Amino acid sequence: MSNRESVSIRSFRVLTGVFLITWLILPLIPLAIWSFAHGWFYPDLLPQTWSLRAWKYALSDTAGVIDSLWLTIGISLAATVLSILVGVPAGRALGMYKFRGKEIVELMILAPTIVPGIAVVLGIHSVFISLGLNNTVWGVILVHLIPTLPYMVLVMAGIFANYDPAFEAQARSLGASSLKTFWYVTLPAIRPGIIVGGLFAFLVSWSQYILTLLIGGGRVETLPLLLFNFATSGRNDITGAIGMIYILPGIVILLLTAKHLSGRSGAVGGFGQI
Amino acid sequence: MTHVSIKGLTKVYPGATEPSLDRLSLEIPTGELTALLGPSGCGKTTTMKMIAGLLEPTSGDVTFDGRSVLQDKPEDRGVVMVFQNYLLFPYMSVADNVGFGLKMRKIDPAEIKRRVGEMLELVKLPDLGDRKPIALSGGQQQRVALARALIVQPNVLLLDEPLSNLDAHLRFEMRDLIRSLQQEMGITTIFVTHDQEEAVVLADRVALILDGQMKQYDKPDVFYKRPVDEATARFFGGHNFINGMSDGQSFDSELGRLILPDNAASGIGKLTFRPENVRIGNAGDGTNSLKATIADVIYLGTQTRLKLRVGDTVLDAVVNPNEIETYGVGDTLPIHLPTSSLWVIQ
Repeated sequence: MSNRESVSIRSFRVLTGVFLITWLILPLIPLAIWSFAHGWFYPDLLPQTWSLRAWKYALSDTAGVIDSLWLTIGISLAATVLSILVGVPAGRALGMYKFRGKEIVELMILAPTIVPGIAVVLGIHSVFISLGLNNTVWGVILVHLIPTLPYMVLVMAGIFANYDPAFEAQARSLGASSLKTFWYVTLPAIRPGIIVGGLFAFLVSWSQYILTLLIGGGRVETLPLLLFNFATSGRNDITGAIGMIYILPGIVILLLTAKHLSGRSGAVGGFGQI
Repeated sequence: MTHVSIKGLTKVYPGATEPSLDRLSLEIPTGELTALLGPSGCGKTTTMKMIAGLLEPTSGDVTFDGRSVLQDKPEDRGVVMVFQNYLLFPYMSVADNVGFGLKMRKIDPAEIKRRVGEMLELVKLPDLGDRKPIALSGGQQQRVALARALIVQPNVLLLDEPLSNLDAHLRFEMRDLIRSLQQEMGITTIFVTHDQEEAVVLADRVALILDGQMKQYDKPDVFYKRPVDEATARFFGGHNFINGMSDGQSFDSELGRLILPDNAASGIGKLTFRPENVRIGNAGDGTNSLKATIADVIYLGTQTRLKLRVGDTVLDAVVNPNEIETYGVGDTLPIHLPTSSLWVIQ
């Protein structure tokens, strides 16, 4: 009985793996082929002639891809840092303390994952006009916090729910100032959460389209916006090359932080562990 | 070398109606080892945290050598607290844990290394500096925690249930270690415990706290011989409480007239005495001798606990098993209560 069960579990696992690969990797293959194709027409299975033309163009100064790449990295990093700065204290409050209205605060923080961004961003747009934040990089960074914060706060709340603040009292009593206590005691304990939450925040910011378009007003041209321009103009080869560049950071970050993403890490518990 | 003085210390937690600690006053002389003893929830850990500066008192004062420390931050008080679960920093090696306090004081790394080595030697863990705390046994963790506290040469050392997580054989080893280090370094030390045995074996002086109030503050043996009231006597394992009337010299009750020691209280009260002070046989001069019937015998190995009936009163006695070898349940035997073992409480 148990043997048959383990067989069915194993086949389920294989099936999930196949499904994930089909879903995530397969769509990228034509994109990768397109980026090296000189022309690829029906009914050919592979392009007749290959070329590096698209890559040369994408990496050239005129395309603006490199500038856009740096801009996107800058915006995502800034959004990540701000998410960490806000998410760590917020996660600590939600994970460690009981207070009146806690459920409402949790709901408010989770709301951006439920409410469509475009519904919110129209209101923000008019607020940002009065603040002079429209069409600016800082405006884009700020609006990216709406979708990034829920992930950061959720991860940190999970971390702090399993965190013993007595370690901090111990450090204080041994002569550490509150700043040193945070640096030497709190930070090492919550580092996995900061890494995982930061990773989520970075990738969520990295993939923003609508928010960037509306608040940036087309002047803040991040990689997804650029990619969309080429995709709609029918340049499949250049779209393919930019697409490859676009997914690179995600893969690199994922590989660097994979060990923190296992189910056993306290970082991926979320509110469930509170 | 610090004289710690606690004056009317009170803590009412937000939302609580009853104070967790109610006007505690205590003088802890320089270099003494004092136990705060009481059941869990009696306010003793609250007291420690307020001394350490980790919790703000609702009212009252804590002074070190006459100077109030309430405005001082925890890191500036010269007080180190060792928590019950040791709280060794899991990300640091044993040596880094022990050296933590010195590092915070910006001591030169070479000097830290030297003093950590000495300290680990002192707690008899010279070779474990490179290990991570998780690789240590409970007793070893306890010693690292102690070393980490002592290395900064605190004015006041606070220990939270220092022996309670240890096996019986480790307890005595640790007790000796704590006492010898404390005496050697002359650090005023306060520890809290719910275990009267732990308090008695370790402390110079014991403060018993029940329901947020201090009942008695004395040398350990006084709690056995001269408890202030029934609750105190019961906390220390007293079972014999006999209602009656004292005139200062003798006590009249169902047991008849018993002769009291000097300085006994007068008036209506309760006579109390330790089970182990009940003697089998008549006293030489017949003082305080009684006839008792054995109602129950509980053999405890090195001791035997007896329930003795004298008239309608049941007494608890603990005797040497050899003394009652020839007796069984239902037998009648002579006993006596030595005058010095009797005490009258309200």
